[in-house]
Amino acid sequence: MSHAAELPIWLAVPAALLLLLGAGLALTGALGLLRLRTFYERLHAPTIGTSYGMGCVLLASVLVFSARQGRPVLHEVLIGLFVVVTTPVTLMLLGRAALHRDRLEGDPEVPGAARPDDAPPA
Amino acid sequence: MRVLLPHPLLSAGLLVMWLLMNQTLQPGPALVGALVALLGGWALALLRPGRSRLRRPGTILRLAGQVAVDVVRSNIGVAKVILLRRPDRRSGFIRVRLTLRDPQALAVLAVILTATPGTAWLEFDAGEGWLLLHVLDLIDEADWTRIIRDHYERPLLEIFR
Repeated sequence: MSHAAELPIWLAVPAALLLLLGAGLALTGALGLLRLRTFYERLHAPTIGTSYGMGCVLLASVLVFSARQGRPVLHEVLIGLFVVVTTPVTLMLLGRAALHRDRLEGDPEVPGAARPDDAPPA
Repeated sequence: MRVLLPHPLLSAGLLVMWLLMNQTLQPGPALVGALVALLGGWALALLRPGRSRLRRPGTILRLAGQVAVDVVRSNIGVAKVILLRRPDRRSGFIRVRLTLRDPQALAVLAVILTATPGTAWLEFDAGEGWLLLHVLDLIDEADWTRIIRDHYERPLLEIFR
């Protein structure tokens, strides 16, 4: 970024830290995809990136571009909103597909239904 | 008013979204935004999603704050699980029985639980309200049940009534 030098230091430092933190969180989530053992465990890992990983990067973007353009730049909020609202769709679809597959295969580790077998009748 | 603005909150949200995307308050884009907002409200009315009224703005704010804090905690928790690889960690399925039935409120709960890295929403039995979740760090099943009931379900029951 050629304009980075124009930023005042009190803003450049927090923005850089937020970027690093956000990128680090997203990297941790990606690492989780490698390290975690089962499909259901791996469902949790990318959510780090889509919650505060994304949040930190977007906040850094708001800080830098608001300072450079001399007015509040807020449309990053929309990115955050849409990511938060749409991630559950994908994750629930993946989770339920895995659940369906494992039930068809008769995996004993996976519960048969959301309602427990020993629940009293309604 | 009902005919023109069947879903005022949705229309207001669409207008704000439009203005944020265009990054302006000029009358031209604002007019187009107002039109989009009106059409969006009518389109949703045609789908008949059912009317749920939002109550208690204070509770909404408190819930949002609680979720922000819980998601930070969960981010740290899951990052620790991935980076430190504790040998005694156990993940597993838990079931929670909900009294919440409003579809919009359940959608909000699904967004909250999915946005929290430590929990994943898998299945919901609408008949009796059983929710099947997967939890990455299952220390105490009763603890998770308590968090979901007290932190999220109770405020949602107050908000969507």
